[in-house]
Parts: sequence; C-alpha cells; structure tokens
Amino acid sequence: MSHHSVDVCGLGFAYPDGTQALTDISFHIGHGESVAVVGANGAGKSTLLMHLIGILSPAHGDVRIGEVPVTRDTLVDIRKAVGMVFQDPDDQLFMPTVAEDVAFGPTNLGLPAADIAARVTDALTRVDAIHLADRPPYRLSGGEKRAVAIATVLAMCPNLLVMDEPTSNLDPRARRRLIGLLATFEHTKIIATHDLDMAADLCERTIVISNGTVAADGPTKEIFADDALLAACQLERPLGMQGCPVCGGLATP
Amino acid sequence: MAGIESGLYELGRLDQFARLDSSVHRLDPRAKVITTFVFLVCVVSFGRYDLLGLLPFALFPVALASEGGLPFRYLGGRLLAAAPFAAVIGMFNPLLDRAPVTMLGGVVVAAGWVSFASIVLRFLLTTAAALALIGTTGMNRVCSALERLGVPDVFATQLLFLYRYIFVLGDEASRMMRARSLRSFGKRGMGLAVLGQILGHLLLRTYARASRVYDAMLCRGFDGRIRSANRLRFTRTDVLFVLGWSALFVVFRLYNVPLLVGRAVTGLVG
Repeated sequence: MSHHSVDVCGLGFAYPDGTQALTDISFHIGHGESVAVVGANGAGKSTLLMHLIGILSPAHGDVRIGEVPVTRDTLVDIRKAVGMVFQDPDDQLFMPTVAEDVAFGPTNLGLPAADIAARVTDALTRVDAIHLADRPPYRLSGGEKRAVAIATVLAMCPNLLVMDEPTSNLDPRARRRLIGLLATFEHTKIIATHDLDMAADLCERTIVISNGTVAADGPTKEIFADDALLAACQLERPLGMQGCPVCGGLATP
Repeated sequence: MAGIESGLYELGRLDQFARLDSSVHRLDPRAKVITTFVFLVCVVSFGRYDLLGLLPFALFPVALASEGGLPFRYLGGRLLAAAPFAAVIGMFNPLLDRAPVTMLGGVVVAAGWVSFASIVLRFLLTTAAALALIGTTGMNRVCSALERLGVPDVFATQLLFLYRYIFVLGDEASRMMRARSLRSFGKRGMGLAVLGQILGHLLLRTYARASRVYDAMLCRGFDGRIRSANRLRFTRTDVLFVLGWSALFVVFRLYNVPLLVGRAVTGLVG
C-alpha cells in the first residue's frame, strides 16, 4: 500500500471560536510531487497542514494519505507515513539532547537499539548536524535548530514530508543550504510558505489558498507569473521573477 | 531583564558540568540518585536541635563535587542564592523559642537560634547534594534514573519537560520584560498591574506552546511514555558506591561523630 499520495476532498474546518479557517479545499498530490502551499497570513495554510497529519479533524470532507482516510483509528499509521516539520523548532525539539530528540520517534516505533542509533546517525548526517548530537537543543542557533528538527522527522523514514515555513527566520546562507538539502529529498513534499523564491526553486506545482478555498492550483511558474491572481490573494511575484530594480530588465535564465 | 537571563545562564552551566567526564560522572545515575536519597532521609531525620551531628554529612557533596570537577565557587554561589529561602523558613525560631540551652563565651544561646542554625545547615546540605547530583549527572539522566527506579512516568516526564522548557519560558519572559522596560522610560512601567498582565500573558503563551509541543510529540508516535534510548548498566562500582556511602550516612546518623571525636581528643589530652 502506497502512502505517498494525498487526497483532500471538500475539506472544511472551523475553530471552536467560530473562525471559519477552511471552507472547501480539494486537491490530489501524487507520488514524488513537490508542492508549495502559498497564501496570505491567515489564509488557512497551517490549518490545512494540521489536517494532513490528523492534529485537527475536518468538520466536513475528508483527507486521505495513500488510500487510508485520516481518522482517529488510522492515526498511528498516518503519523508513520507523514513527517511534519513545525514552524517553530522549539516546539519540535523537546528532548534534552539533539541525539535523544532525533531518537524519540524511532524509539516510539519500537525499533531495536542498534537500528535507532543507525537512524539517528543517518538523519543527523543528512542534515549535516552530526556534530551537534550531544548538544542541548536550546543552545543551538536558528539554522541548526531547523536542521535538527528536519532530522527528527527524517529519522522516522516518512513517505511524505509536510513543512510549515521551513525557511522562516533563517539567514541567507542557512536558507540556501536548507533549500539545497530539501532538493535532495525524494519524498513527496508539501511546503507551506511565504518564501515564494524557495517555492519557485523547489516546487514544480503550487496551490494558492485564499479565504479557506483553493484559489489556484497549477505549475509554479505559471501561477507566479499571473499578477492579477497574486494580487487578489495578497501575494506578489517572487523576487527572482521580478524585473531588475535598477534597469527594469528580467534576468535571463 | 538581566536577572532572568543570568539565572538561566547559571542553570545552563550546571548542564555543562554534567557533560564532563570523571569517575563520578561515569557512575550509573541510579546509584547516585539512591545514595542522594539515603543522604536526604538521614539529614532530614535529625532532631530540630541537632547541629553538630549534621556536620559530617558535608563530606558527601564535597566529595562528589571535588571528584566530579564541580567548582566550589560555583556551588557556593548557587547555595548563597538559595539560602534566603531557608533563612525565611527559620527566621521566627529565635523569636518564638527563647529557652536557653547553652552558654557560648558568656552569651546565653536560645534554643531558637540552635534550631534556626539547624534548619539553615540542613538546607545547605540537601541543596548542595542535589546540585552535586545534577552537576555530575545531568537532569535528563537523573530523570531516566527516576523512571527506571519506578517513579511514575508522569512525574519523570514532567520534571524533564520542566527543565527543558524553563529556558524557552525564561527567554519569553525576558523578552516581554525587555519590551516593557523599553517603553517605560526609566519608570516602573505602570507597576504591578502591568506585571500581572505580563504573567497572565506568559501563562497563555505557555499553554499555547504546550499544546504545540504535544502535537509535535504525537506526530512522532508519543503514547504517554518517554522511552529513553540510553542503556544504563549497574556495575559493581555502583553497588559499592551506594552501599559505602549509605553505610557511612547511617553511622553519621546513629553516632554523633564530631562529639565522639571531640571526646576522644579531650580524653587523650586529659
């Protein structure tokens, strides 16, 4: 059974205080796709991601990972298949040392100690953070925390990576390194972000969310070239697709 | 706010000491936890006017700290910072309990003063032992030791999280206090009313963060138990450590060693 695809159908959700966060969201994401979810603040991006991993349950409509619907009974399987990287690494790194934090997921999966150690080493090596293994997470820099947060998820060997603003609060070099790292992953990726340049670099497809619905869904390059659509959704072209601020000319690819 | 930040820094230093390597650090954390527990029970079980009998117990934290490379300056600083609490607890004793017990250099010493000194000494001993334990073991290993020793998961996990998030919470608190002071221009920023709101806000933030952390844990298969991947091994050295120190504590508890030594010395001299 493949857990690599995502089907969202007629998804709606309101928070207990009455805020209607999602009204009607539908899309299909296939195996190996890399999809950016973009939209203004409060458009419902994070709420959508929370549904993909069963932290929130839909008021109507349904979410399927592979052929499995996300329900209370399937949560254990869903969470093995979907790795979620949270927006604030401090929420994700709760164990006393980096290595223990990365080991947290595999330990809960009930793997033997040797396998856990191998996964920890492998995940930390992939994000180039193996030298941080014995450090406490709160002593790390923002970029290091982000790398380790991704390692904690990689160690679970998920089929699908879901990320909420992975490049926020990173310095330019850390951001560039992260983009390089994400490009090497062959997982199905869903990235909610305001960093449209990263979306243009990493994702061949983009879903634009506006007022709790899908405003557009298509190839990233086409969507980011549609100024009317972007303006209606409180977005603007990524800097890489804007003209030169000095001469007004477009960069030649 | 410098107070919070420097407090967190000092706490973080304890973690750094815990990562050193020494014969004390290499002991199984359970051995150190059990020994410290016996130590605490013995120290606390002394009568309220006992003072002399408590003194030999200082040997344990001193030995642990010196063997474990914990600087006495640091330990002393932490003890001084905590001492006012003990002083507050015992401060009414000299006022309420004025029965004379002894003469020191022509001055009558009231029982209240003796019990006050006993409280402070006990506080210093137990705090020093706890600091030495954490400084040579690390909070996380202390927690996993507690868990292995049968302390309910809920408590061990709570303790672990309390320690982990005290830094995040402290950071948030110091940022809020800084934001307040930047806009209060040397005054006290509307005083207690605002401080109350800041605390309330901090509580709400803590609550929001707690639920996000919990979500992140659920995403990685958390089912109510923190499983430590650390392998603990109880060796013969650990057994000797526990038995040796515990026996010594019992001797210290049953016999007033300083008194016996004093008598022996005066007997010899006499």
